[in-house]
Amino acid sequence: MSYYVEYYLQQLKTVTAFMLQYRAALGIWMIGHVLEPLVYLIVWSAVATGGGRTGGFTPRTFAAYFIAAMLVNHITYTWIMWEHEYRVRDGTFSFALLRPVHPIHSDISDNLASKVVTFPIILFAAAVLAVIFHPDLHPPLWAVALFFPAAVMAFLLRFLVEWTVAQTAFWTTRTEAVNQMYFMLLLFLSGQIAPLELFPAPIRVLAAALPFRWMISFPVELLMGRLTPSAALAGLSIQAAWFGAVLLLLRVVWRAGIKIYSAVGA
Amino acid sequence: MNLLRLLAVFVRVNVLGEVAYRVNFFIELFQSLLELGTALAGLAVVFNCTDSLAGWGPDEMLGLVGVYYLVGGIISLMIRPAMTDLIDAVRHGTLDFTLVKPADAQLLVSIRRINIWKVTDVVLGAGVLGTALLRLGTRVGWGHAALFVLMLACGAVIVYGFWLILASLSFWLVRMENILEIFQSMYEAGRWPVTLYPRWLRFAMTFIVPVAFAVTVPAQALTRHADARTLAGAALLAVGMAAASRLVWRLGLRHYSGASA
Repeated sequence: MSYYVEYYLQQLKTVTAFMLQYRAALGIWMIGHVLEPLVYLIVWSAVATGGGRTGGFTPRTFAAYFIAAMLVNHITYTWIMWEHEYRVRDGTFSFALLRPVHPIHSDISDNLASKVVTFPIILFAAAVLAVIFHPDLHPPLWAVALFFPAAVMAFLLRFLVEWTVAQTAFWTTRTEAVNQMYFMLLLFLSGQIAPLELFPAPIRVLAAALPFRWMISFPVELLMGRLTPSAALAGLSIQAAWFGAVLLLLRVVWRAGIKIYSAVGA
Repeated sequence: MNLLRLLAVFVRVNVLGEVAYRVNFFIELFQSLLELGTALAGLAVVFNCTDSLAGWGPDEMLGLVGVYYLVGGIISLMIRPAMTDLIDAVRHGTLDFTLVKPADAQLLVSIRRINIWKVTDVVLGAGVLGTALLRLGTRVGWGHAALFVLMLACGAVIVYGFWLILASLSFWLVRMENILEIFQSMYEAGRWPVTLYPRWLRFAMTFIVPVAFAVTVPAQALTRHADARTLAGAALLAVGMAAASRLVWRLGLRHYSGASA
């Protein structure tokens, strides 16, 4: 255990220094991360102002929803699908395999390190948006307390899911189409494009039955105070169950993939 | 005439270069369809909850999405690959080879690289736009159609001038790709009418990054939301952009010191 702690701390230190070299590239990621929820915030505010059927959402609650969704999306996002495709095609993944630690650990610490650098910026963006759009947010105290474990679970679950999807790179070096399908599902079913409550019933059921709702929407709903305590606890256990299931799947896919890997570029 | 002949040659060269990779076509087509499907599903979600978005009905929004894909397709078909190549050529000094050719260098760098598979976006965009027009029915007259084509041309010139100015800045600055990426992520916000946005964002999307003139104004011209002042402004800006980009390009060329290798 202490071996892993040491590994993660060292990795965090190196990668944070590394990330700080690429401030411009990180800045561009950030523009996308702020602009997209901002656009949906404005679109849905216009729907609410125009007297649309928004199920009790006002422009100010929409503002709270999309600012919270921006933060949770930022906490949970990964770029592993592009990175893995690149390193498998390039052959540099062979070096990661030589290390005595499973490569997923260096991927997790890379991800955390980049967020150490970018999280203050996204918090600042959230503060600016809050000043402009006056979000209406009054979560009960217990919901705020449960938000943190829910957000951490959402991060772990999304990381495992996207790491597993990334393994398709072992079978085909053209993964863009797979990635794009995944992101389309994520956009709709995780509540990024609109609160899941506003979707027709069948899509709501689908979003809850698949892991997507639990990767972004659930912590946001919690923070919005739209869940009862029992629904919140049930949500946390569904997150844990999905985490276990995806972990099993990941091991199966990883074992099969690693056998096929032939270091194309090397 | 010279322009058409050169264009035909470059299109042929680029097609010949790409037909060897036919699978790419199907992957690009699949991805374009997915992206379009995402945009249309997004519209469906919004119009499931309302009948009009700040004065834009569902069919008018469909027209806007069509224009968005049409213009986005033109950008990634011709403008983006040419300008990315230009930045590369300036950095590596290979622009020398273009400068010694007996044709206008700005013309050559602008049409030399064509990403032909992106024709799919142009065709899909035109298809969506056509569908929207059929659904809007008699509400669009010939006058509006002509105005629309004019505004589309103005939008294309404005975007081209904007990219050429940014790409020409690479004569002075080393790293320009990042700024082009910013345009790309701002362009996505053009999928919704800029009239929806608060004033500061509308200003940014009109004058800092000219997304408004590329997408919203042509769509407005088609669906009669546009007033004469906006249309005249777009035409003026197109002329201004064409002149300004030419000027920046020439100043940059004067600053260019040749092969760095």
